[in-house]
Amino acid sequence: MPPTAAKAALRVHQLRKTYKDVVAVDGLELEVRPAECFGLLGPNGAGKTTTIEICEGLTAPDSGEVEVLGLQWGTDAAALRQRLGIQLQETQLSEKLTVLETVELFRSFFQQGPEALEVIGLVQLEEKAKSRVGSLSGGQKQRLALACALVGSPDFLFLDEPTTGLDPQARRQLWELIEQFKLAGRTILLTTHYMDEAERLCDRVAIMDHGKVIALGTPRELIASVCADHLVEFSAGAKAHPLDLAPLSAIEGIREIHQENGSVSMQVTELHRAVPALLAELGRQSVALTELRTHSATLEDVFVTLTGRHLRDE
Amino acid sequence: MNKNHPLMQLTLVRFREFIREPEALFWVFIFPILLAAGLGIAFRNRPPEVLQIAVVGEQLAAPLRSEKLLDVQQLSETAAEAALRNGKVALLAEPGANGTVVYRFDDTNPEGRTARMLADRALQRAAGRQDPVGSTDELMREPGTRYIDFLIPGLLGMNLMGSAIWGMGFAIVDARRKKLIKRLVATPMPRQYYLLSFVLSRLLLLVVEVGVVLGFGALVFHVPVHGSIGGLVVLCVLSSMCFCALGLLIASRAQTIEAASGLMNAVMLPMWICSGVFFSAQRFPSVMQPVIKALPLTAVIDALRASMLQGATLAELMPQVAILCGWLVICFGLALKLFRWR
Repeated sequence: MPPTAAKAALRVHQLRKTYKDVVAVDGLELEVRPAECFGLLGPNGAGKTTTIEICEGLTAPDSGEVEVLGLQWGTDAAALRQRLGIQLQETQLSEKLTVLETVELFRSFFQQGPEALEVIGLVQLEEKAKSRVGSLSGGQKQRLALACALVGSPDFLFLDEPTTGLDPQARRQLWELIEQFKLAGRTILLTTHYMDEAERLCDRVAIMDHGKVIALGTPRELIASVCADHLVEFSAGAKAHPLDLAPLSAIEGIREIHQENGSVSMQVTELHRAVPALLAELGRQSVALTELRTHSATLEDVFVTLTGRHLRDE
Repeated sequence: MNKNHPLMQLTLVRFREFIREPEALFWVFIFPILLAAGLGIAFRNRPPEVLQIAVVGEQLAAPLRSEKLLDVQQLSETAAEAALRNGKVALLAEPGANGTVVYRFDDTNPEGRTARMLADRALQRAAGRQDPVGSTDELMREPGTRYIDFLIPGLLGMNLMGSAIWGMGFAIVDARRKKLIKRLVATPMPRQYYLLSFVLSRLLLLVVEVGVVLGFGALVFHVPVHGSIGGLVVLCVLSSMCFCALGLLIASRAQTIEAASGLMNAVMLPMWICSGVFFSAQRFPSVMQPVIKALPLTAVIDALRASMLQGATLAELMPQVAILCGWLVICFGLALKLFRWR
């Protein structure tokens, strides 16, 4: 073992889990450092939830080792539970209780931690403390779920798709909260299938597909490793008069050209040189341009490059 | 206990969820009272019925009028025959040949037969007959032997079963369906506290539930409680625990409300029918009796009736108590083994 392993907040070695005939997790290796926010990014069915639930001690793996905060589920479950904050993907808290009653219930299970009202303040639900859970909006329910994960003042926070199904404003609000906990020095492991969420929140990201990690690094590193800085997508020409792509690859700064359903996407290093050259070539072939988009490369592009599929295809 | 103790918090949650559910309040508290009131009114004791008879001729009518249970109408021969044929009267008495009496009535109709006996007795006594054997009538209209007295312990038993099984079953399966059980298991909550909180909240509600049914019976229908209150409390608590364990077993694996309600109805229906809630379980054929006697609701109702109506002590009710303890231990043990914590 390398010397850093002893300090890891989470260490997963050769993890494997099979449901009937589906291999959910296939020999997974992971290491989360203390006080970092680590993201598991992948499409639905990649094995993210199975992995996080094994780390949370809710699902038993078929084989492999899991070590959380230097402890193991088999021997130290009671001590571990006191130190973890967990948010599950699809919990529906009891609608007939109030926000305060719900947080007090969860607080009662932990030996130490802040007062219930203090935690409610942390997630900005003070005004709703006496409201029934059933009357909360989706974003407020998600923040309450976060409050229930924070009542024990956890060293390690597990968040399984914390913003799935929320509107953009509620997502941004939740991101701000998660960023505050990062600043407080807590270790966070979160799963998501939103690339923007992973880019914004995570120090390091593991991209998962079919139960394996297919890429690992900081969001910047990952993008740099597989893509040029920018992507240019366009549609041009008609069936009768198609565009000849061959001359494009000769243009300086244009790499990797993909053609898909009549639209072309290219990786580009220098936008200010590549775009004028593209337009000039289209003019030379007298092909009409119907659509043109450019954007900076994202984790989504990393995923597409690695797997040939989009994150939210499935 | 400290308000922030996990068991206290879990029990409070159970209690809050229950009292914030108006339908549950109706089924547990209002429905048994409506049922008891309805049946109590339908089967209330009426004064003995007076039978209508038709008589031809004043000579016969006079002695018959002294019989209080007969309403004598003196009619002409044709009118009397018409009245008998329409069923307005149960019996027609008319003079026969040589000073005899002729009774005309339908012998398949119990009212006709009764009217004949009453009329004949009145006439014979008026003519001077002495009964060789003296007799006295003791009337059974005391509280404790009426239908409502039989019914209240039955309803109490049915209510104990329904509220425990429904209360446990729906709450647990709903929490499992909403992944709430899984979420709780992800905290340091001791698992036994989760199950114990259901039992404790049930005991709290039991006080109200039993009080409502017995109080209603005592106040409105003067249903007696001959046995000791302590014995009755022990029986109610034991019954409720037994049904809680059964409810827990039913809910131990079910993932959907539909599956759970199907199971609950399948378990409770035979007991509603066979365990003697509304009529005596003795009416079923004797081959079925050992099975019926072993059902928990039969044991509960038999024990409650014996305690309330005959003043039986717990020691006398040992067979029933043993049956309930057996069900409690087996169901609870199985449920703990099978319980799906996710």
